[in-house]
Amino acid sequence: MLRWRLPGDASSWLWLAAIAVLLVLVVNPLLRLVLASFQQPDGALTLANYAGAYGRVRHLEALGNSLVLGASAASLALLFGLPLAWALSRTDMPAKGLVWVSVLGTFIIPPYLGAVAWILLAGPNAGWLNRAFTALTGAPAGPFNIYSMPGLVLVTACYSFPYVFVLVKSALDLVSSEMEDAANILGAGTLRTTLSVTLPLVLPAIAGAFILCFLEAIAVFGTPALLALPGRFNVVTTQLWQFFEYPPRVGVAAAYAMPLLGVTVLLFWVQQRLTRRKGYVALTGKGGERRPLRLGGWRWPLLAYCCAVCAFSFLLPMVVVCQAAFAKAWGRGFSLDNLTLANLSFTLFQNSLTRGATLHTFVYGGAAALIALAVALCIAYIVQRQLVGRRLAGALSFITMAPFVIPGIVLAIGFYAAYTQAPLALYGTAWILILAFATRFLPIAYANSSSAMRSINPELEDAVRILGGTRLGAIRSVVAPLLKRSLAGAFILVFIPATRELSAAIFLYSTNTQVLSVLLFDKSDEGNFEMLASIGLILVAITIVLILAGWRLVGRDFMLRRSAA
Amino acid sequence: MSRLFGDVPAVRNFSLSLAEGEFVSLLGPSGCGKTTTLRMIAGFMPPSAGTIELDGRVISSPGWSLPPEARQMSMIFQSYAIWPNMTVAENVGFGLKIRKAPAAEIRRRVDEILEVVQLGGLRERYPAELSGGQQQRVALARAIVVKPAVLLLDEPLSNLDANLREEMRFEIRRLHDAFRITTLYVTHDQAEAMVTSDRIVVMSKGRIEQVDAPFALYGRPRTRFVAGFIGRTNLIEGRLDGEWVQFPGFRVPRPALEAQGPLAGEVLISVRPQSLHLVRGQAPGGARCAVQGRIALRAYLGEYWDYQVEVDGGKKPLRVMARPQEVFAVGEPVCVEVDVPQLVLIGKD
Repeated sequence: MLRWRLPGDASSWLWLAAIAVLLVLVVNPLLRLVLASFQQPDGALTLANYAGAYGRVRHLEALGNSLVLGASAASLALLFGLPLAWALSRTDMPAKGLVWVSVLGTFIIPPYLGAVAWILLAGPNAGWLNRAFTALTGAPAGPFNIYSMPGLVLVTACYSFPYVFVLVKSALDLVSSEMEDAANILGAGTLRTTLSVTLPLVLPAIAGAFILCFLEAIAVFGTPALLALPGRFNVVTTQLWQFFEYPPRVGVAAAYAMPLLGVTVLLFWVQQRLTRRKGYVALTGKGGERRPLRLGGWRWPLLAYCCAVCAFSFLLPMVVVCQAAFAKAWGRGFSLDNLTLANLSFTLFQNSLTRGATLHTFVYGGAAALIALAVALCIAYIVQRQLVGRRLAGALSFITMAPFVIPGIVLAIGFYAAYTQAPLALYGTAWILILAFATRFLPIAYANSSSAMRSINPELEDAVRILGGTRLGAIRSVVAPLLKRSLAGAFILVFIPATRELSAAIFLYSTNTQVLSVLLFDKSDEGNFEMLASIGLILVAITIVLILAGWRLVGRDFMLRRSAA
Repeated sequence: MSRLFGDVPAVRNFSLSLAEGEFVSLLGPSGCGKTTTLRMIAGFMPPSAGTIELDGRVISSPGWSLPPEARQMSMIFQSYAIWPNMTVAENVGFGLKIRKAPAAEIRRRVDEILEVVQLGGLRERYPAELSGGQQQRVALARAIVVKPAVLLLDEPLSNLDANLREEMRFEIRRLHDAFRITTLYVTHDQAEAMVTSDRIVVMSKGRIEQVDAPFALYGRPRTRFVAGFIGRTNLIEGRLDGEWVQFPGFRVPRPALEAQGPLAGEVLISVRPQSLHLVRGQAPGGARCAVQGRIALRAYLGEYWDYQVEVDGGKKPLRVMARPQEVFAVGEPVCVEVDVPQLVLIGKD
């Protein structure tokens, strides 16, 4: 039985308002998404949308392509991420710091910017790698074509392997050397120990990381839109986008989004089950002493491999993006007389479109972070202070965390279905973008708010109240000051992804409400790579500034809390 | 009043009234409902049945409760709940500020109370810069300075080390003697309750077992639980036999016990280990109340001997506390002298 136990004071209005906003952000769009898939434009119930969505071979091929992309990209991400995680966690490989920084650097490159960089690197004919190849071999044309499934897999893997790295490394960090010693003392060699003790202990983390990469790969929109569309093949997300080309077929898109949603929810559930079996993984807080494994001569090949991965994902892309951003014409190469600041100043100051988009990016991201944090904090308060019955509290938590398993593109279709008509006709305004961003990153805000709230002893508030303060007074004079720092960190953790969000924005923007990510994608078919690179660089700069601000405010480990989300 | 959690009763038919200026303790093992009772009185949760009244006005009932902020009470919490974002002075002055006292008066009264709790000179410190004992004193000052109608304390000493705890017991009583604030004190430590309280309410499984002054509680426990919980005791079962009450190894004239309450077939008495006396060898002939037994176990604890004496027909050995010079060997036959006025009749549960 759901039981209301909200206090009969002024604060009740705040809690009810937060719950109402939660319904607007999460519940209504999801309900409308499912409803829209069964509705004709005039509202009558129908199955025609499903027929339209799955009735053509092309559409089914796109589904297949997404599966291929997900499985291949996740496998490649493991191939990239596992050796790096092991090398940094367990061995005496040199230059660990450099590799570590490069992997973190990969996090700050939005995947679609990586795709732009890889077009510069491996575009047919003009790409740097192709030009290097023809120059070296004298062949008429280079062999690389990024507009292909292998190209798409490579780029997708480059920007999801950091998940593998972070998850597996933190699991490896908790396996104590004593466990390996125990195997050694019983006569197992280094290789045998690694394969039969260390590896099985972190297997759940590896499986979890694989699932996460798979889900990331099938849900991502920017990379396939930049690489698959010119390559004349579709994946689910690009197909969804095509359903939205004028006139938008919302019902068909909603019907077509169902398998994406279903697979995501199912796999997240599996992943949770895998990583919750902690007893088996021995992921206790104390890892015991760890000694790095002596690699001897093998140190250098391992380092070379790590450097290659970092070069693919971080170094080469950053170099070519910077080159293009500061070049008069990127094709003319690396020379001093090709250098200019014109692209950046044009993007930032002269072009009203990009100038507006930069402003929008900041304002929408900031507003979304504020809204997400306010709602998340209220819900966390309601749940942790047991203002409602246990079941209702569980339901509120669940709803608040639900967007975590909803691909951005699916959420966008739900928002479109819910808020294009009265009573809340938000489509075309900035609000639909702000609310969609807030919803997408609500789980990050909630996980952070929840853990922050948990650190505050309820007796601190009881003490205010018994001395005559109200509940809101207690929140103002005690809870808010104590939460300030961790909430500032949470704000930035939502702000960062909100400034670079593309897959929801691309469905919801209008000409007056463009943000940088949308603009970057929009301009990609014009072939003006100097401008694309400039926009991308501005996004990277925004991210770096926000991360530095977070470090100053909260301390160096604040980014890590995102992976706990 | 009563309180249910789900279907589980946490507090059952609790009824108590406090006199103005009285210091009463709620004493019992953890999970006996004492903290729940305190939180109902503070207004943090409503009772499931019954009412709470303050000066004749109902402040809590199942349907409606005056919120904690309107009760003019103070509370000291197990965690002290000192606000870490405020200085000592801000913490202590908070309640006065809420009551809209003028700044000058707040300053004066805060300084005064900080002197009383021996924290003069620490007013600008933050709680993180204070020791546990000092934080405890801040909590006391913060609760007392508003001159509450009722002061509630929820196991305030459980986080302190043993020496400090002993010191603070006397401190709390001293402050009570100085300000005479009506006080309700929750604890599971009988020594704390004994030192501080005018009356002690012993609770078990959500029920009141006995309400009495500390001396009476120890000397005249009414229930088996109280006899066992407050200090150590021997519980002895006997039965009524004409004009005598027969226990294993000894008998007592009926009127001696009947004065304490009605006797039925089965009789249960409590006798403290220090009320028993050991004599070497056989009982002197004709002594009415001496029990023949044998030393089964002994332990020397410096301040006293702890003997366990086996008695024929007795279910459990008798524990006897003897002075250090009264040495008996294990297996030695002894006679336990029972002082009849020290026997306490325990009501059947």
